[in-house]
Amino acid sequence: MSATAATLTAPSKFSFKEWIFTTDHKRVAILYIIGSFAAFFVAGLMAMLMRTELLSVGPTVTANPSTYNTWLYFHGAAMILGYQIPALTGFFANYYVPLMIGAKDVAFPRVNALSVWLYWMGIVLALLTFVVPDPPDIMWTGYPPYSIITPGNTALYTFTVLLMGFSSIAGGVNFLTTIIRMRAPGMTWNKLNIFIWCTMGAFAMQLIFVPFLGTAVTMLSFDKYLGTHFFDANAGGTPLLYENLFWFYSHPAVYVILLPGVGIIYEIVATFSRNRVFNYKGVVYGGIWGTVLLSGIVYGHHIYVSAIPNWMAYVMTFTTLLISIPVGLLMLGLLGTLYKGSIAFKTPMLYAAGFLFLFLIGGLTGIPNAMSSIYSHIHGTQWIVGHFHYVMAVSITTAIIGGTYYVWPKMTGKMYNEVLGKLGFFTFFIGVNITFSIMMYMGAAYGLPRRSYDYAQFSEVEGLQQIATVGSYIIFLGALVILISWIHALIWGERAPQNPWGSKSLEWTHAQSPPPPGNYAEPVKVSEDWDPYGYGK
Amino acid sequence: MGRKSFFIILGILFVLFLQFTATGYAEAPLDIKEGWNELWHELMIDLLIIGIIFAVSTIYLLIKYKRKSPNEEGSAKKLSPLAAFGWVVIPVFVFMADDIYLAAKSFELWGHYRNVPANALVINVEGYMWGWDVKYPERITTTNELRVPAGRPVKVRLTSRDVVHSFFIPDYRVKWDTVKGRENYIWFYPKKVGEHVMTCTEFCGVLHHAMHGKVIVMPENEFNQWVEANKPKEGGAI
Repeated sequence: MSATAATLTAPSKFSFKEWIFTTDHKRVAILYIIGSFAAFFVAGLMAMLMRTELLSVGPTVTANPSTYNTWLYFHGAAMILGYQIPALTGFFANYYVPLMIGAKDVAFPRVNALSVWLYWMGIVLALLTFVVPDPPDIMWTGYPPYSIITPGNTALYTFTVLLMGFSSIAGGVNFLTTIIRMRAPGMTWNKLNIFIWCTMGAFAMQLIFVPFLGTAVTMLSFDKYLGTHFFDANAGGTPLLYENLFWFYSHPAVYVILLPGVGIIYEIVATFSRNRVFNYKGVVYGGIWGTVLLSGIVYGHHIYVSAIPNWMAYVMTFTTLLISIPVGLLMLGLLGTLYKGSIAFKTPMLYAAGFLFLFLIGGLTGIPNAMSSIYSHIHGTQWIVGHFHYVMAVSITTAIIGGTYYVWPKMTGKMYNEVLGKLGFFTFFIGVNITFSIMMYMGAAYGLPRRSYDYAQFSEVEGLQQIATVGSYIIFLGALVILISWIHALIWGERAPQNPWGSKSLEWTHAQSPPPPGNYAEPVKVSEDWDPYGYGK
Repeated sequence: MGRKSFFIILGILFVLFLQFTATGYAEAPLDIKEGWNELWHELMIDLLIIGIIFAVSTIYLLIKYKRKSPNEEGSAKKLSPLAAFGWVVIPVFVFMADDIYLAAKSFELWGHYRNVPANALVINVEGYMWGWDVKYPERITTTNELRVPAGRPVKVRLTSRDVVHSFFIPDYRVKWDTVKGRENYIWFYPKKVGEHVMTCTEFCGVLHHAMHGKVIVMPENEFNQWVEANKPKEGGAI
């Protein structure tokens, strides 16, 4: 196998075929990140169109609400399934896991290639939204009966979800095996990087919960195209079955996205503070595995006002509030890692600092959503949109972009420009705070509904909507600066040294920038007193 | 931190924790709108305190431990097993105490949300793509217009003709989905004469954005006159 891998990935002239048929985890990772950022960019364009539409009451960009609904469908589905999950469990897991544990590659390199192929097929299917005459208009949640009676193409949604799901399951089996079986000799469990633990937690949840989403969306298409009646109240079915199945996956999916994002932030904070992770075992067994343990009993708050039994509203209020405990431990670990550190504010560290504030706001504004009585007002309003953009969309995007800057010298062998990097961060940070705080305010104070092409009944919020839209343009500008800084680094970047950050983690201390196929010149062994965070010795 | 002081702090937190769980339920029926506003206010203060503690610590740590020379490294020591245990158990108790406190508060208000006062006026609302049919006991039907008398609690029985909608009156802080094949309910207490928005908050298709109407709170005598004037004649068709 190693011979094949070597011939396929030998550093030679650029060959399209070599990239498509690669089994090298680093190239697979790069294929993932290209797809992810492409999805991010297109879904971001949709967001710009929507924000522009909301500039004024009545038609602004389009007079056809269905067009707006299709943008919104694509924005949600592509951001979650096409951008965040693949960037985290596809790109970062692929790039970091074998390097951090001192392995040559993943356990099943061909399965890994299959994962990224399935993912790209999913991207192609998602993009067909803009080609077919009957684009899906069902939102990424796809609630029946609407998704069944709509003339929109629900099958496209079903198959996009299924392909991404298969890709995740294949990735889960691969990475759990890799982490369990392929660690360098001497690397015991309590010497793993926090990111590795986070990846394990995320993939454990994917393996448990993805089948429920797969089941739900498959039943949806059965109902629509094959005449079954799972969700049809006329024939004894109920739409509530779908809502339960859907959120039983889709709430844990938030933690599938959160954990690797937090893991990246831990690596950045430890490296740029040159400090050991505060209370390592508390973070791993309390924070990370506590989140995994609770992930399956939190979903009920999405359906408090969708007629779940009253006792379940009580139970879910309590279990949902409990999630603040492991998440609080994760935050505490990050703050503790700053204590007595030596913090250098390079671009990745700025993103990590930004994360600390954005995630704090996002996490705290989640607490009202746990309380069924409070939720009676804020469900389905812009408050929810603002909240989950803070906690998931924007926080984790700072982790993804910050993490990309962090890994950049290793991955490309080039340094990026700090001025451009910092400029991009501050523009992005200002923009997101304007847009999403105003969204939360409009939701809580006025009850402004989400997923709405127009807001004639709340015309008094027009001014606020305009400020939120200006904020979104600032975000877009920030994203452009970030993109320019990466293109600039690829073309004009200086050669990166092996370990520009002075990190103690294996990928920086032992591998070249960029690492060759097979990663390490000779098999890595770690000593008794080695620690990925062994600073200040 | 000594072992003894550690257990004293633990003991104090445990007593606080029991204190919070003992929060009782109020007996008198309550106007849920006011209850919501009060709890929201309290909640925002709670979140603001936690938020400020975290934000100020973050800013302090970021400034205080800025790197001074290029080769400097952090100097945090590994925690002792007891300290590591304490840094998990104490935060868990603090977060849990707050969680239980908020849960108790939420349960109390939720009880009021789900228990309709006995004297409530019952009105049926059916959601459809894209509007609301309002049906009164006197066999009056209106569309996108919910007329109620001031000074009497109103129970709204919610059904759907087609897809899932969500019936929402922001000013009264009440909302519930309408689901085909099920009957759900909400109640609210209109005290003053006036007009309020009612709107759909569950995506339901092309004209979801246009699915809204008005709640019109009228003086009781005017409401009764309106009912009399619009009631179908005896023996007339439904």
